[in-house]
Amino acid sequence: MAERHSREETPRAPVALDDRSRALELILPKILAEFQPAIGATVNLVEVTVKPQDVPSLCRLVKEDSQLSFDYLLCLCVVDYLDYLQVVYHLYSTTMKYKMVLKANVTMDEPSLPSVMPVWPGADWFEREAHDLFGVVFEGHPNMAPLILYEGFEGYPGRKSYEMPEYTEW
Amino acid sequence: MELTVGSGNQEPRSMLNRSAPGIITARSEQLIAMARKNSLWPMTFGLACCAIEMMSTYMAHHDLDRFGIVTWPSPRQSDVMIVAGTVVKKMAEPIKILYEQMPEPKWVIAMGSCATNGGPYYRSYSVVMGVDHIIPVDVYVPGCPPRPEALIDGIMKLQDKIMQDAKERGRKA
Repeated sequence: MAERHSREETPRAPVALDDRSRALELILPKILAEFQPAIGATVNLVEVTVKPQDVPSLCRLVKEDSQLSFDYLLCLCVVDYLDYLQVVYHLYSTTMKYKMVLKANVTMDEPSLPSVMPVWPGADWFEREAHDLFGVVFEGHPNMAPLILYEGFEGYPGRKSYEMPEYTEW
Repeated sequence: MELTVGSGNQEPRSMLNRSAPGIITARSEQLIAMARKNSLWPMTFGLACCAIEMMSTYMAHHDLDRFGIVTWPSPRQSDVMIVAGTVVKKMAEPIKILYEQMPEPKWVIAMGSCATNGGPYYRSYSVVMGVDHIIPVDVYVPGCPPRPEALIDGIMKLQDKIMQDAKERGRKA
């Protein structure tokens, strides 16, 4: 059984931003003002926490803004904090060399938020994998079929509540 | 082995071999088995990191060609299936179909811990606990991944098994 940390108990590394991230931290609040985001920093990255329904419009904004132009979705992951799930987007700007982490909290019972596929088509398989392992539903995704698990798989093996099977015949 | 043929520098023992050197006499089953074991064609087929080790076994350094082993990119003409890697449940059905497409006689080598019993992914939600749950296995090669020498040893064990089977079959008939 995996060791269970709640949000507060999680050990943290000290914040140490580099020059580009510090510059980003200064310009972000003005650009994202309409979404009222919580802007902070973890280790060496600027992190922005927003409401789940704001995610696609915010992504569209940071992609098309000439100061930011986050044109590359590095990684999409989901964290299980026992009480809620957190969807994490790692963004990168290949022209401006900015890095940013975008976070959105969804509930455990009804984990759903709009898809970012219209903004970055590369999000397709990320979202399907997140759906396989954590059961997060991405609204507006054209094909939510299992990507890495087989058809008819029951349960969400990424969640901490998932019990690993004993010996199984196949 | 009951083949009456002179091996190495030893003199042939039977009368026939002494009077007509270079002739092999044996039961047809054993002769056929001898032909089979010296031209095993494995299906070109890899699942995970063991496949990299398998490929290096085929290559010049270890050179499986000297055993008459040539990879064949189709199950229809293959004799051996080397299951090299982790068998996930999503891949179980295609593996079964590939095995069924191979013509008789056919053999299976389970290469590495994963194909043997799930290995490091034992009790995982997505990994079959050994390829023997879906197809019959003749030789298990342990290791994670096995060295090319271990795979060669497994293939030689399979060759022994083919000869042994031919011998046993003859006795029972």
